[in-house]
Amino acid sequence: MQILIKGARVLDPGNMDEKKDILIDGEKIAAILDPSEALPSGALPSETKSSCAASSATVTSGAVSSGALSPRALSSGAVSEDPADIQVIDAEGLVLVPGLMDIHVHLREPGHEYKETIATGAAAAARGGFTAVCAMPNTVPVNDNAQVTAFVLEKARLAKGARVYPVGAISKGSAGTNLAEIQDMQQAGIKAVTDDGLPVADAQLMRRALEYCTGLSIPVFVHAEEISLVNGGAMNEGPAATFQGIKGIPNAAEAVMVARDILLSQLTGAHVHFCHISCKESIELIRRAKEQGIRVTCETAPHYFTLIDEDVKDYDTHFKMNPPLRSKKDREAVIQGLADGTIDAIASDHAPHSKEEKDLEFDQAAFGIVGLETSLPLSLQLVHSGVLTLAALIRKMAKNPAQILGMKNDIIPGSRADLTLIDLNETYTIDPALFVSKSRNTPFAGMAVQGRAVCTMKDGQIVFSAVKG
Amino acid sequence: MRFTKKDILDIHSLDPEEIAFILDTAMGMKEISQRPVKKVPTLRGKTIVLFFQEPSTRTKLSFEIAAKRLSADSVAIAKAGSSMAKGETLIDTVKNLESMRPDVIVMRHSSSGAAVQVARRVDCAVINAGDGIHAHPSQALLDMMSVRENKGRIEGLKLAMIGDIANSRVARSNIIGFSKMGAAVSICAPRTMIPAGITALGCTVAPSMEACVTDADVIMMLRIQKERQKDVLFPSEREYAGCFGLNKARLALAKTDVTVMHPGPMNRGVEIASDVADADCSMILDQVTNGVALRMALYYLVAGGSRYADTD
Repeated sequence: MQILIKGARVLDPGNMDEKKDILIDGEKIAAILDPSEALPSGALPSETKSSCAASSATVTSGAVSSGALSPRALSSGAVSEDPADIQVIDAEGLVLVPGLMDIHVHLREPGHEYKETIATGAAAAARGGFTAVCAMPNTVPVNDNAQVTAFVLEKARLAKGARVYPVGAISKGSAGTNLAEIQDMQQAGIKAVTDDGLPVADAQLMRRALEYCTGLSIPVFVHAEEISLVNGGAMNEGPAATFQGIKGIPNAAEAVMVARDILLSQLTGAHVHFCHISCKESIELIRRAKEQGIRVTCETAPHYFTLIDEDVKDYDTHFKMNPPLRSKKDREAVIQGLADGTIDAIASDHAPHSKEEKDLEFDQAAFGIVGLETSLPLSLQLVHSGVLTLAALIRKMAKNPAQILGMKNDIIPGSRADLTLIDLNETYTIDPALFVSKSRNTPFAGMAVQGRAVCTMKDGQIVFSAVKG
Repeated sequence: MRFTKKDILDIHSLDPEEIAFILDTAMGMKEISQRPVKKVPTLRGKTIVLFFQEPSTRTKLSFEIAAKRLSADSVAIAKAGSSMAKGETLIDTVKNLESMRPDVIVMRHSSSGAAVQVARRVDCAVINAGDGIHAHPSQALLDMMSVRENKGRIEGLKLAMIGDIANSRVARSNIIGFSKMGAAVSICAPRTMIPAGITALGCTVAPSMEACVTDADVIMMLRIQKERQKDVLFPSEREYAGCFGLNKARLALAKTDVTVMHPGPMNRGVEIASDVADADCSMILDQVTNGVALRMALYYLVAGGSRYADTD
């Protein structure tokens, strides 16, 4: 089976940005063709052409008649000679990018399947335009051994959605006392380690974990939080929390751990990746560390550059997450960090929770929001507002995430066909009822956005398509 | 004026005219408590549920007496023995309460915002009797009522408030209320007890206890919770009493006709010296008396008053 993606602007930052046709053969990208050369538009059957629309992709399976292919295209050796085997995706007006990767999601399986399963999470990821996600290990049981890793990978294999890269725990049970069997898990397929959801409070354990991982060439994802400074807080410390009588979490609760682990990265030479960075102080520390050549990377989440603590109103628990929505000045620092490259990646911290866990008193409700199906449109706002070029955004959502995991994610012949097709123009409002995630805990319901993924492809298979029929 | 609020959730959501109207109504109610037969039929047939998830003695009793003086039927439920102790969620509990058709739910809860969340889910009136560290509107209103009764006005007065502002719903509601009614509110406490951005609520932070009470018309002392010591908010009661306790010497810095208030329960010898608590300038017991009248007014306004009356 072959797929021909026709007429898209192919944007692979650092590699290409031009209108090309992409031919996919099986799991791989077979050829990148000049549109005029490969398939003259006059040769296309009329029904395919007439359904061209700038705002949507049209998938036409087996609709290419033999006359549609010019001898020249066939002679290039790329296109199948049997037209029934070719699926043509008319991507005129759309942008084709390397598959988006969300390196920070909670898929909840095993243990909390009522919130999300690997199947529903992988489907939500695909709908959001992601071809791959990193599944955090804070499941029940914790992914702290190769058996759980194998279970996650097997569930992911059966799911028809995004690729799932399991992330293993740093410590057994993420309890922060003994190292988990990291090397064993790496052989089973983990791509990083973290005790996400909890900090590694013991500095010596962290030091040893970093040293250990240096030998394995595996990044350590840091959930930077000093619990004693959180002290029961439920939103950002500041005037908005004081007004509502909600206990505050200061920026320093995050930044002191960022500072510690920068120093430990310097000590050990390990690659430390900071998760869900939310505040100015952390970004300044990371910027300085990068200037000093310390091996640190970091991600932020769309809510930290979209919302602030003043948006937390009427005790709406959909605005409760950890780290919390910060001040206006912090949001500006996050945007600046994205623009100047201090922040390498955008990851959603997709944290599904049931209605029962959210429909509670503010201090009792669970922390976290779903993000897979809103991450791309919210991040595209950075492009529409001129903060980032589209190429810079795709670096943060596709290229850099792969690089952090030590992988490649390129649109070149021979590479695996993990691709996302984006419509930059469609305007709509976010409707949680349309989510394929099991959970609906989002503060973005009803928000007007522009742009979305219209087709997501993993290993040459279409795992999501917004095209009807 | 017609009072149209469904609920009394905090002071912030009341405008100065509404506050003045509540205080006027409460003054009218006060007279009922002075009669030989302390009961009027105003709210006969109305059902009031007192839903106190957090322990309370005086506030609950005050709300209960207020209901009885207006002839409403009041029933009290506490967390212990209720289905909440069996793991039912707050919203499920109040939806069940609502199904029994009460006219008013008075609720106290340990979580900030609980009354706000409940009010938007039920059709009956909700009166917040204290939620976490967010608001305690009936306390602030009775404090304003007491000051207005005693001084004849609120506007232009200097109110000094000393204590654990960060963890006090009484402080938040009084800062917002008194500043809204034109008083100058000055607060003082160890810096561990002054939360970020408190001045946005309408107060200034005094550099010292002495500066705070100097020329004050009203001094309001807040209860120091001994259990806060484990949060490292202050080193000892001894040091607190020495630096932030109200004694005769500090009282002398205030206006000669100063009034001393305390929402209770007091820690004598900690935030307030016994001789100050019992002095003539102390309005502490008047606050309690006015509490009943003020709560009668709140019931009347949300369950039987002009909310349902024709405009005249």
